[in-house]
Amino acid sequence: MTTLQSNTTELRTCDTTGLPVFKGAEFFIRLNAVCAVVFLLVGGIAALLLALTRWQTVHLLGPEWFYRVLTLHGINMLIFWLLFMEIGILYFACTTLLNSRLFSKHLAWASFVLMVSGAVMTNSVILMGKADVLLTSYLPLLAHPLFYLGIILFAVGALLGVFNFFGTLYIARRDKTYAGSVPLVTFGATAAAIIAVVAVGHGALALIPVFTFSLGLTPEPDPMWYRLIWWGLGHTSQQVNVTAMVAVWYLLATLTTGARAPNEFVCRAAFVLYILFINLASAHHLLVDPGVGAGWKIWNTSYAMYLAVLASMIHAFTVPASVEIGMRLKGYTRGVFDWLLNAPWRNPGFSAFFLSLVIFGFIGGITGVTLGTQQINIIAHNTLRIPGHFHATVVGGTTLAFMGLAYYVVPLIFQKDYIARPLARIQPYLFGGGITLMSFGMSFAGSEGVARRTWDIEAAGVYGASTHMMLGLLGIGGILAFTGLLIFVLLTVGTLLIGKSNKGRPMACWGVPKTITKIGAEAEREVDPHNTPGAMTLVVILLVAFAVYYFANWGALADVWHVR
Amino acid sequence: MEEPKIHPVQKLMDNPWLLLVLGLVIPVLSYTVWGWVEISAIAPAQLP
Repeated sequence: MTTLQSNTTELRTCDTTGLPVFKGAEFFIRLNAVCAVVFLLVGGIAALLLALTRWQTVHLLGPEWFYRVLTLHGINMLIFWLLFMEIGILYFACTTLLNSRLFSKHLAWASFVLMVSGAVMTNSVILMGKADVLLTSYLPLLAHPLFYLGIILFAVGALLGVFNFFGTLYIARRDKTYAGSVPLVTFGATAAAIIAVVAVGHGALALIPVFTFSLGLTPEPDPMWYRLIWWGLGHTSQQVNVTAMVAVWYLLATLTTGARAPNEFVCRAAFVLYILFINLASAHHLLVDPGVGAGWKIWNTSYAMYLAVLASMIHAFTVPASVEIGMRLKGYTRGVFDWLLNAPWRNPGFSAFFLSLVIFGFIGGITGVTLGTQQINIIAHNTLRIPGHFHATVVGGTTLAFMGLAYYVVPLIFQKDYIARPLARIQPYLFGGGITLMSFGMSFAGSEGVARRTWDIEAAGVYGASTHMMLGLLGIGGILAFTGLLIFVLLTVGTLLIGKSNKGRPMACWGVPKTITKIGAEAEREVDPHNTPGAMTLVVILLVAFAVYYFANWGALADVWHVR
Repeated sequence: MEEPKIHPVQKLMDNPWLLLVLGLVIPVLSYTVWGWVEISAIAPAQLP
């Protein structure tokens, strides 16, 4: 009886979804989400300053502050903002979706305190000018010991959060709080958690020896070895983002359109391919390193890696197909794209999700596979084409998807309805459009040879009007994206402070497609889940675009490498 | 009553601990250990 009462007080039923919300987990989801938004703002301000510096005509920052702000931007955007969000997502996926309490509140506290103190320590050292070493902190560049310690503390905190997730999976299965397999979103979160363990393990292996070296306790680690191990953290942590983003796509698709996966077994198999093979992509960063051989490079960036690409191609079909099936079940069955035209485009949860899918797939995915090809990489390595690629994956893809998620997390977990809703409806378009422009600007400037991580290009004296136009596009895209980011932060913080409470009633609806014909079993009989011509058409367009871009790059390689 | 037959891949997908082990072992062997061995095998450069 005591247990029952205690469980009841620790639990509420969501008035919108009917799902159980465990108050212990809810508290930590809130904490992590708030911190995520704070660090997003820090990284976003740094992003604006950088965009206005790489826009050569403006060239805002001096060299010293450029590299300092670049370090700040990389760490806040690629590590702090995303990992705080991901820990929140893990806690949601293992409690609410599995109908289970959180494994340990003490562990959740330890995780949170370590992550916050690590992030504050790292940012302070960077702003004091003691760590102008960029995110990668390649040796022999050396920062203040507290820079490394801050990242190590943050990583240990994140790892404790991941252990709490696995602990909750264990108690949920032991207590039989769910039947059968875990839900697809939880499975995707599990894949992200496994990849996170690999990332943090490599982080410890790379950074602890550099930390002790910076204290003068141990000799300098081999810089080539450091690059190998560091990228086991650097790129793998981005694969955590990709996997969590795909899980969020499935969640947002369900929340906004009632999406139905065409085949859950296939979707899960794609996540398994991520778990097994996606981490090999770290090798892309060492494609021009002389220390590792061609066999290692070719195996890790192509033969085995393509199994992870296969997984992405599966999701590229199953995610839009899920939406198409959900919409067809609601009666949107005319033609190939009736389902897409009638999708809830004014719902920021949907627009952020679908724009994220398109930007990630068409720009990030196509450029990623092409740049990761060993031969083509030689004409793109360390140019602005690389940030052009990963701003489409991590920002246009993951960050935009997480913003879409926030439009549901705040009303459902914080129980506050968003303020200024018309502004929220345009925010994903502004942010997604800005990032797309910026990514194009970076990619084309990079194609003309502009280096990444470089304060000034005029010293070379070789860049003409077209390069400056592309850098201008980068700057304008950056301003638009920052405006979108600022709107998101102001709306979210404003909602937490002055938003109207929705306790005791469903959240204010962002807009979902109405069911226009038969519902229930009758509609199920008429809609063939294997007949998704719209999603199939989108996938064919993606493949054609990929083929054109890929072979154009082989053509570009042939232009610089004459074979007689 | 006979237990429903579960596909072996489905059994793998329902076992997060086995997935965790495989997800650690494959990249560590393929990327980290192999790469580490190659870097360790480089002879020191002979200075002129």
